[in-house]
Amino acid sequence: MRAAAALRALRQIAAWCLIALRYLAVIVVALAVFSLILLVVGKDPVKAYADTFAYTFGNAYGFSELLVRMSPLLLTAVAVALPSRIGLINVGGEGQLYMGAWLASAGALAFPSLPAWILLPLMAACGFAGGAVWAAVPGILRAKKLVNETITTLLLNYVAPMIISFFIFGPWRGEESSSYPQSAAFTASARLPSFFNTRIHAGLLLALAALLFYWLVVEKTRWGVQIRAIGGNPEAAERLGIPLVLYTVSVMAIAGGIAGLAGMGEVSAIQGRLRQGLSPGYGFAGFLVAWLAGTRPAGILLMAFVFAIITSVGDILQITQGLPYAVVNILMAVILFVVLGRQPGRRETR
Amino acid sequence: MIATLLRGVLAGAILSGTLLLYATLGEVIVERAGIVNLGLEGILLIGASVAFAVASVSGSAYLGVVAAAVAGGITALLFGYLVVSRKANQLASGLALMFFGSGVSALVGKSYVGGVIAGLPKIRVPWLSGLSWVRSSTLFNWDILVYLTIPVALLAWWLLFRTRWGLGVRAVGENPAAAYASGRRPQLLQYQALFVGGLFGGAAGAHLSVSLTRTWNEGMTAGRGFIAIALVIFSKWHPIRAVVGALVFGGAEALQLQLQARGAQVSPFLLDMFPYLLTLAVLLAWGGARRAAAPAGLGRTFYGTE
Repeated sequence: MRAAAALRALRQIAAWCLIALRYLAVIVVALAVFSLILLVVGKDPVKAYADTFAYTFGNAYGFSELLVRMSPLLLTAVAVALPSRIGLINVGGEGQLYMGAWLASAGALAFPSLPAWILLPLMAACGFAGGAVWAAVPGILRAKKLVNETITTLLLNYVAPMIISFFIFGPWRGEESSSYPQSAAFTASARLPSFFNTRIHAGLLLALAALLFYWLVVEKTRWGVQIRAIGGNPEAAERLGIPLVLYTVSVMAIAGGIAGLAGMGEVSAIQGRLRQGLSPGYGFAGFLVAWLAGTRPAGILLMAFVFAIITSVGDILQITQGLPYAVVNILMAVILFVVLGRQPGRRETR
Repeated sequence: MIATLLRGVLAGAILSGTLLLYATLGEVIVERAGIVNLGLEGILLIGASVAFAVASVSGSAYLGVVAAAVAGGITALLFGYLVVSRKANQLASGLALMFFGSGVSALVGKSYVGGVIAGLPKIRVPWLSGLSWVRSSTLFNWDILVYLTIPVALLAWWLLFRTRWGLGVRAVGENPAAAYASGRRPQLLQYQALFVGGLFGGAAGAHLSVSLTRTWNEGMTAGRGFIAIALVIFSKWHPIRAVVGALVFGGAEALQLQLQARGAQVSPFLLDMFPYLLTLAVLLAWGGARRAAAPAGLGRTFYGTE
């Protein structure tokens, strides 16, 4: 009996190791391909990777920055993973993040005198609402069978930053920052607390809570069963009496709201004001995190960490080798290429 | 006043519509072969950066356009390897291509940020450009790519609907298995369609950087690739209707620029949203109804005969 149990545990561990090895192989291949590209343009990939390693693991502060990046990545990844279970592709995390940041800022700027214990939940609610509305629109259009949600969420990514620009160049332009378009600084009570003298902030707890929520809802509740039923076979689910429209719209809205929380975290904890360029593509990176993790919660946690390192490569390339940050997108694309090219897509039924 | 506004919008519609048309035509051909290339945005960016870099180095904007088209074609083949040969998910591969294009274009264009080039030479139409109503505008004083729009749209129509190749491409897009059974090679045709679509996409990006702005900026296509994908639906996967769609959307962009130039009391950021909101409105109005016109095999992976 005991030997059998031990054997089973050993098998389980071996299976995990195999998965981890596979992930590792993907990353190594992608890094190798990216090195070639860097070599072609006359940059030193080994130095770039070594610098990244030294920066992120060399000291406590660098490591803490990885955790800082993980919060928006986790949130935007959950915002992709949740709709994917119902068969929706949400590529609008970036726009939803920006709308969350916008509405959270509205809360912070409108009620600067509220104490933190009221203002921060209010801002979080605003952030959630902003992202939720931004995602509910594609959700409604999809549920009414009008437009595919992929293209609408993508398009709305371009609109959200324009709304922010309108406000920070116009009504919300801070007085002390006349030369640089941004809102006035938030009051202290609108700032999420940070821990241990780093920039790690309460948003990370929020992100972990969102991940837990995702796992609980999808795996442990009746809603989750119905969501997965719709994802598996919408027609059958509808015939069973599951309200398709309601589920589609609310899942999209909740996902958008979760991405909106990432925006709230960025303005409240990191920036302390509303400005452009809040996110170096966290919404898109979150999509990759969720896609690579196969929407498994543990995988999302691991991949969010890996992508926190990968986005650091972008910073390092920018700082030490004078390359644009966007170059790191090549690395992300290559990772996705390797994964997509390695495992032929499953036969899809529609 | 109205006349000058109208003239400005018309002139702008043709200029901004040109790149939308090339991009849309390319995507029409690709989608007719049953493949959705969401990475069109990435191809546009690569086209724009390569065209600008080549034009800056060689001094010839024409060479830049050719290089951009080739780069677009090659990029599309890379996408083809994933979705055709490796049978990867088309949406995810398209998004990967968008990332790839954004990164590669940033790398290619790095040394050219802030630079301005002479751009594609303008060619006046002798008599028409002298008409009094036309003289002070850019009408009939266009670069080669603008003049080529209608011929190229006709060419795309001819290719798709009047050649054996086009018949094959459309057959693959409707039902690859049936096309295979009738002796066609679905994968080869899809690769060919992707390459042609990539050429168009690269040229479209080139028109943005070497003619419209004559500068390079990271991410300068600003979602036009996605607008073009919406235009494909608007034009019911038909090259000639794509001309109308491109003009309407070019017009939206032009109207917004004209209003800004004329000092309209509306924030430029709100006006900037106009083309995107119009795209959404168009998708809303026709997205559902026009799905019937889509190639039946669109977006589905053909697993071949194994």
